[in-house]
Amino acid sequence: MSVLKQARFALPLILFVLIFILLWRGLSLHPAHVPSPLVNKPAPNFELPTLQDPKKMTSNKDFLGHVTLLNVWATWCYACAQEHLFLVELAKDKDLVIYGFNYKDDPKAANKWLTEYGNPFKIVAVDEHGKVAIDWGVYGTPETFVIDKKGIIRYKLIGELSSRVWDETLKPLVEKLRDEPA
Amino acid sequence: MKKFLLVLLILVSPCFAAQDYYQFTSGVDKERFNSLTTELRCLVCQNQNLAESNAPLAADLRDQVYSLVQKGQSNQQIVDYLVARYGDFILYRPPLNAQTIGLWFGPFLLLILAVSYLFYYVRKKNRE
Repeated sequence: MSVLKQARFALPLILFVLIFILLWRGLSLHPAHVPSPLVNKPAPNFELPTLQDPKKMTSNKDFLGHVTLLNVWATWCYACAQEHLFLVELAKDKDLVIYGFNYKDDPKAANKWLTEYGNPFKIVAVDEHGKVAIDWGVYGTPETFVIDKKGIIRYKLIGELSSRVWDETLKPLVEKLRDEPA
Repeated sequence: MKKFLLVLLILVSPCFAAQDYYQFTSGVDKERFNSLTTELRCLVCQNQNLAESNAPLAADLRDQVYSLVQKGQSNQQIVDYLVARYGDFILYRPPLNAQTIGLWFGPFLLLILAVSYLFYYVRKKNRE
């Protein structure tokens, strides 16, 4: 009985620790980062005009055979401007294929932006009205999808692709995916 | 009184404006559209539903829900369509699955624990 009585005094401490763990975990969660159900599924079918030449079309077939970063951006997106500088830096690695997905933007403004700040993208798909973006589950900019050689989405980054995110998360993943058979 | 009416008129006018934006041929479709957009979450401003949010994405998704309703898709089909793209998070009513089982039954478990402790405590007190 005396053991039980002693245990009663420990109860507030135990409760405190449990609540502390719960709240501490809550601090490190990002409710704005909604996990995508598209991860590990084939990239959604689409066909969109390219920014460089609206008569030329690009589709999800262009993802096949190499590891692709698909970056969703817009000129009206503040964080994209910061991210863009890093993407230009990344694009110096010629083995890395970066595609752009211009989301609900004015193509003229987008072209001007690329001439001014540099173009890290091999292809830029233009989704002027955001219809295709719905199929991709895009809900904000910037977002970056990592697509493997078979055209399957392997990762979705929500928010800015910074050098830290690249080093910690995306670079190891891209290197791993490069070793997979096409 | 006149001033009061004027203020009232200004306050209610946005409601009418929103209602008339989408045209429906049947009352059932209109009802479906309204109930769907109030039960789906806007992912940009997460504490607002699609019907209330002013985010551009919410407007796009409202358009999409409207066109799917017009195409004659069932509520379940439309919900499945959005969940396939945005995940369960878009639902204000979480589905019952392995991930949410604690959410659904956790409170009942706590209730049972609390009630059993209460019984234990009362019986012990009575015996004393």
